[in-house]
Amino acid sequence: MDDLINEFLTETNESLDELDLDLVNLEQNPNDKDLLSKIFRLMHTIKGTCGFLGLPRLEKVAHHAENVLGRFRDGDLEVTPDYVTLILESIDRIKLIVGGLEETGSEPEGDDSALIEKLDAVYEGRDGGGAASSGAEVSPKEAVETPLEGGNCLTQEELDALEAAFQNAEGPEEFALKTVGEEPGADAPSAPEEATVIKEEPPKAAAPANDASVAKTAEKPVSAQSLRVSVDVLENLMTMVSEMVLTRNQLIQILRQNSDSEFSVPLQRLNHVVSELQEGVMQTRMQPIGNAWSKLPRIIRDLAIEVNKKIELEMKGQDTELDRQVLELIKDPLTHMVRNSGDHGIEDPETRKAAGKPETGKILLNAFHEGGHIIIQISDDGKGLPLDKIKAKVLENGLATAEELEEMSSNQINQFIFNAGFSTAEKVTAVSGRGVGMDVVRTNIEKIGGSIDLQSMEGKGSTFTIKIPLTLAIVSALIVESAQERFAIPQLAVRELVMASEDGENRIETIKGTPVFRLRDRLLPLISLSDLLKLSPPDKKVVADASQESNSAESDDTPPEDSSPKIDSVSNPKKRHQYIVVTQVGNNDFGIIVDRVFDTEEIVVKPVAKILRNIEMFSGNTILGDGSVIMILDPNGIAKHIGQVDATDGARTLDQDAAIDSARGEKTSLLLFTAGNKTPKAVPLSLVARLENIDVSNIERSAGQMMVQYRGKLMPLMPLDPRVQIGETGEKPVLVFADKGRSLGIIVDEIIDITEEHINLQLEGGQGGMMGSAIISGKATDIVDVGHFLQANGSDWFKDHDDTPYGSSKDTTNGKNNGHAKKRVLLVDDSPFFRNMLTPLLSVAGYDVISLESPHDALKMCDKGAEFDVIISDIEMPDMDGFEFAQKVKSETNWKETPMLALSSHATPQDIDRGMSVGFSKYIAKFDRDTLLNTLSQTIAEQQQNYDLTKQGDVA
Amino acid sequence: MSANADALDYEGSENQHDTQSKEFLTIVIAGQRFGIPILQVQDVLGEQTVTKIPLAPPEVAGSLNLRGRIVTAIDMRCRLGIEPCSKTTSSTMGVVVEHENELYSLIIDEVGDVLRLRNESFESTPSTLDSLWREISSGVYRLDDELLVILDVPNFVSSVHS
Repeated sequence: MDDLINEFLTETNESLDELDLDLVNLEQNPNDKDLLSKIFRLMHTIKGTCGFLGLPRLEKVAHHAENVLGRFRDGDLEVTPDYVTLILESIDRIKLIVGGLEETGSEPEGDDSALIEKLDAVYEGRDGGGAASSGAEVSPKEAVETPLEGGNCLTQEELDALEAAFQNAEGPEEFALKTVGEEPGADAPSAPEEATVIKEEPPKAAAPANDASVAKTAEKPVSAQSLRVSVDVLENLMTMVSEMVLTRNQLIQILRQNSDSEFSVPLQRLNHVVSELQEGVMQTRMQPIGNAWSKLPRIIRDLAIEVNKKIELEMKGQDTELDRQVLELIKDPLTHMVRNSGDHGIEDPETRKAAGKPETGKILLNAFHEGGHIIIQISDDGKGLPLDKIKAKVLENGLATAEELEEMSSNQINQFIFNAGFSTAEKVTAVSGRGVGMDVVRTNIEKIGGSIDLQSMEGKGSTFTIKIPLTLAIVSALIVESAQERFAIPQLAVRELVMASEDGENRIETIKGTPVFRLRDRLLPLISLSDLLKLSPPDKKVVADASQESNSAESDDTPPEDSSPKIDSVSNPKKRHQYIVVTQVGNNDFGIIVDRVFDTEEIVVKPVAKILRNIEMFSGNTILGDGSVIMILDPNGIAKHIGQVDATDGARTLDQDAAIDSARGEKTSLLLFTAGNKTPKAVPLSLVARLENIDVSNIERSAGQMMVQYRGKLMPLMPLDPRVQIGETGEKPVLVFADKGRSLGIIVDEIIDITEEHINLQLEGGQGGMMGSAIISGKATDIVDVGHFLQANGSDWFKDHDDTPYGSSKDTTNGKNNGHAKKRVLLVDDSPFFRNMLTPLLSVAGYDVISLESPHDALKMCDKGAEFDVIISDIEMPDMDGFEFAQKVKSETNWKETPMLALSSHATPQDIDRGMSVGFSKYIAKFDRDTLLNTLSQTIAEQQQNYDLTKQGDVA
Repeated sequence: MSANADALDYEGSENQHDTQSKEFLTIVIAGQRFGIPILQVQDVLGEQTVTKIPLAPPEVAGSLNLRGRIVTAIDMRCRLGIEPCSKTTSSTMGVVVEHENELYSLIIDEVGDVLRLRNESFESTPSTLDSLWREISSGVYRLDDELLVILDVPNFVSSVHS
C-alpha cells in the first residue's frame, strides 16, 4: 500500500507542477483549446486516482475544480485571471493535502468547504461570471460527446483494454485488481495514448514501484517512451561505469607498453565500447534545464500580482541538458535570482512608462552550451543595480573605504552584492530582501565548480550569467611530473604547452630570481610546480650521475628549476628541457614549470578527503590507469597563491569584461631600472620585447650610431641617458624594443625589478624622454617616454620626424579627470606595439581607453552593448581593414553615431577621401601624436554639442 | 593482506546482542596497545604504496588506492605525538576505518587479536592523560597484564581535520 501511495505522490506532484505551468500559460492564451483540454485531463486524472486510492478529501477538491475546468474546456466559461487564481488556489490546497499525506501517510484533517463553495459558485454561474467568449465554438453537449484529441472520456472499448492491461500487469496485490472490479464506473485514469504522466499510470497504479516490475511493464502494450527508474539504480550504474572506465584505462596503459600482443584488437574494441557506454550512461543523468524552470512561471505570476507589476517571463533553451545533480543544486539559486529580478529589478508600470519602457517588464532566461560548460543567463530590462545604494551599503557595512570605492569600476562595485548580509532593499518583503541571498547563491554555484557574474546598467537592466561545468564526474586531464611526482591538470585550464630549452629563443629568463618566459609578445610569469608544492628535490643519485660538477651544484641551495644556465646544463643534462604549462585563470595567464609531461587522460574526479579540503592547490584526486593515486591541481588555487588577481575579489568578470578590463590596463606592469643616476626609472613592461645583456665589446659604431649584431640583423643602440657608462669591456643590460622587424636597444645601468602599479603621474616631465614622475613601489620614479627615444633614434618608427617632445600643455597635469566622467575611447589596431604605446598616452591625457586587436573583437563588443565616445581605428589590419570596419559600424550598429577617427601611416589624398566616404570623421597620420590628441578632444567636444542639441528635441 | 570485518557476516554476530561484552581489534603503536571497536574496522592492510600529498598536514602520510577507492593514510605515531613526524616513514600495517563516507587508513606497527572484553573491565579515560590522548580515547579496559586504550575513531578523524 505504501508503494502505491509513493507512486501516487510522485506522479501527482508532477501533475501539479505541470498544472501550475499550464494555468499560467492559459492565462496568457485563454482560448488555447489544446491547453484547456490538457489541463482538464490532468485534473481529471488526479481526481480519478484519488478516488481509486480512497483519498476522499483530495477527491472532493479535485472534483470541484475539475467541474470548473470542464466548463472552461467546453468553452462556456471565460478564463479570467480571477478564475485562474481560484484554480491555482485549489491546486495549492491539493498540494497541501498531498504534503500532509506525504508526511503522515494519511490525509490531514481539514475543511475545504469554503474553497469548494467558491468553486461551485463559479461552476454554477452563481457568481455572475462571464459566459463563454467568442473564442470557444463548440457547444457544451457536443464537447462532452466528442472526445477531444486527448480522449478524456473512456469509451467502453478503452475501459476493456484498460482492464486487460490491469490484469496483465505485474501486480502481486490482488487488492489492486479487486478495486478495479468493484468500481467499474469509477473514473479510471484516461486512455494511455497521451502524455507521460498518464502513460505510466495503468501499470503503476497496479504494481509496486519495483525495479523488476519496471522492466516488465516496459513490454506492455502501453507504449512507454519514457521509463521511471529509481535514482539509486542510476547512481549505481554510473559508479560501475566509472570504475569500468578506470579499468579500461589500466588495460590501455598496459597495452601501450606491450603494443604487439594478441590482446590489442579486442582491447581496442573494448575501448570503443566502453567510451560509448560511458557517454550513454552520462546521458541518463542529463535532464533538460526546463525542469528547473518549471516552477518559475507560477512564481513570477504570483509575484507580479503581489507587488502590482507586470512581468513577462521568457525562457529560451529549455532543452539544454545538464547533469541531474547539477540541476538540483542550481534550482534554488535560479529561483532566487529570478525573484530578485522581479522584485527589485523590474519597476512598476508607471515608472516604466515614465522612463519610456514598455509597461510589462521582461525577464529572460537563456541557457546554452558553450565549450564544455552550460551558460545560463538571467536578464531583465528593469532598473539595474542601484550603484549609489550599493556604495552606501558598502560604506555602512565597512566593506571598503570611500577612496577605494572611487577607484573601482561600476562592475567591481556591483560585485559587492555577493557579500553575505548584503541587501539594499528598503523593506524586507516576503519575496526577498533579507540579505541572505546572493552569497548563498554564489557559494552554491562555486561548490559545483561554476562561476557567476553580473553586468548591470542603471536604468537599462541587469544580466546574471552563470557558468557551470557540464558534468562533474569524468574530466580530461593532462598528467605532468615534477620532482618525480605526478599530478593532473584539468585540460580545460591548459591553454598550451611550451618546451623551454636551455639556449636559444625559448629559454626561461630570470629577473631578480623570478622566472619569466617570453611567449610571443608577452612576458609570462612562471611558477615552478615543485616550489609551489614544496616538493623535495629529485634524487641525489640522478644528479651525481650527470657529472662531477654536480657536487658544487648540490651544495648551494638553488632548486633544480633555477634557470641560470651555467649550473643546470652542467650538473644535470636531463634538465635541459623543461616544460611550461600555460594556464589561464580568468583573464590572467601564467605558466607552471614542470619536469615532464605525459599524456592526456580521462580521469574520474574524486573529492579530496575532508581533512585536506582546505589545501587550495588541489581540486580532487584520482586513480590512474596504473593504480596509483595522484592529486588534481586547481589552477584557481595556484593563481591565488602566486598573487594573481583572483576570482573572488571583484575583478573576476566575464570574458568580454575581462577583455575590457585587461585592455584598460588599470594597473600596469612596469620594468624598473637605473640609468645614469640613482633615480629609478620605469617603462611599461608590455612594450619591452626582450631583456638582453650585451657584451660591450660587441658594440660597433657607424656614423656616430651605436649598434650591435642581434639575431642576424643590426640593431641600433642608444643609452637611455648620456651618463650611462659604457666601458670597453663587460656587459650592460639592454632593453630591446621591437615591432615588425624593426628593433632598438636602449642601454641602461641595472635592472631593478618588475612591479604592477597604477601610473599616477605626479610631476610632468621636463627633460626630454621622461613623461614625468610617479610613485612606484614607494619611490619617486621617472616614467620613460619610449616614443621619444624611438623618434630620436631616427629609425623609421615614425615616418615623420617630429622632434616636439611629448608633454604638451594640453595634458592634465596629474592624469586625474577633473571631476567629469572620463571619455571612453576605443582603439583598434593590430600592432600590439602601437596599442601599448598609444594606450598609456591616451590614459595619461585623461581618457578611458579600451584597445583591441581586431575589428571583429570590436564588433563583438558593440553587440554586447559597450558604448564609447570616440573610436580610433588603424587602416591596415589583417582580418578586416579600417575602411570595412567603418562601413560595418556605420551601417548596422549601435555605434552609428559614434565619431570615428582613422589612424594610418598611409596618408595619401586617395586614402583620406576613401576614409571620409566610409564614415571616418577625421584621418590622422599615425606618427602625429599631438594632432591625434587635439583632434580627439575636438571631436568629443563637437559630439557633446550635437548630443545636447538633439537631446532637447528628443523624447527622453 | 586484507581481512574484511563485515559486521553482518561476522561469526560473532550473535554477540552483538550480548550487552555484557564488546569486541575489539587490538593494535600496537610504538609499543602501546590500543583497541578499536570491531564494527568500525573495515580492512587490515599490509604494506602499501602510498602517494604523498604535498602541503598536507604532517600526520597525513598520503593516499592509497584500495580496490578503486581512495584512502587517506594517517600516520598514527605522528598523530599521537609519539614520534616527530617525518615524511619518510614507510607504512607497515594499516587499519582501514570509515568515517562520514570516507576511508582512512591508520598506519600502525602491528595488529593483534580480536578480543571480546567484558563491560565490567571498562573504565573511563583517566583525566591525567595528556590532552591529545584524552581527545581520541573513549575509555580504557583493564586487561590482565596491561591497559588497553580504546580509540574513538570518529573523534579521532575529526580531530585530524585541521
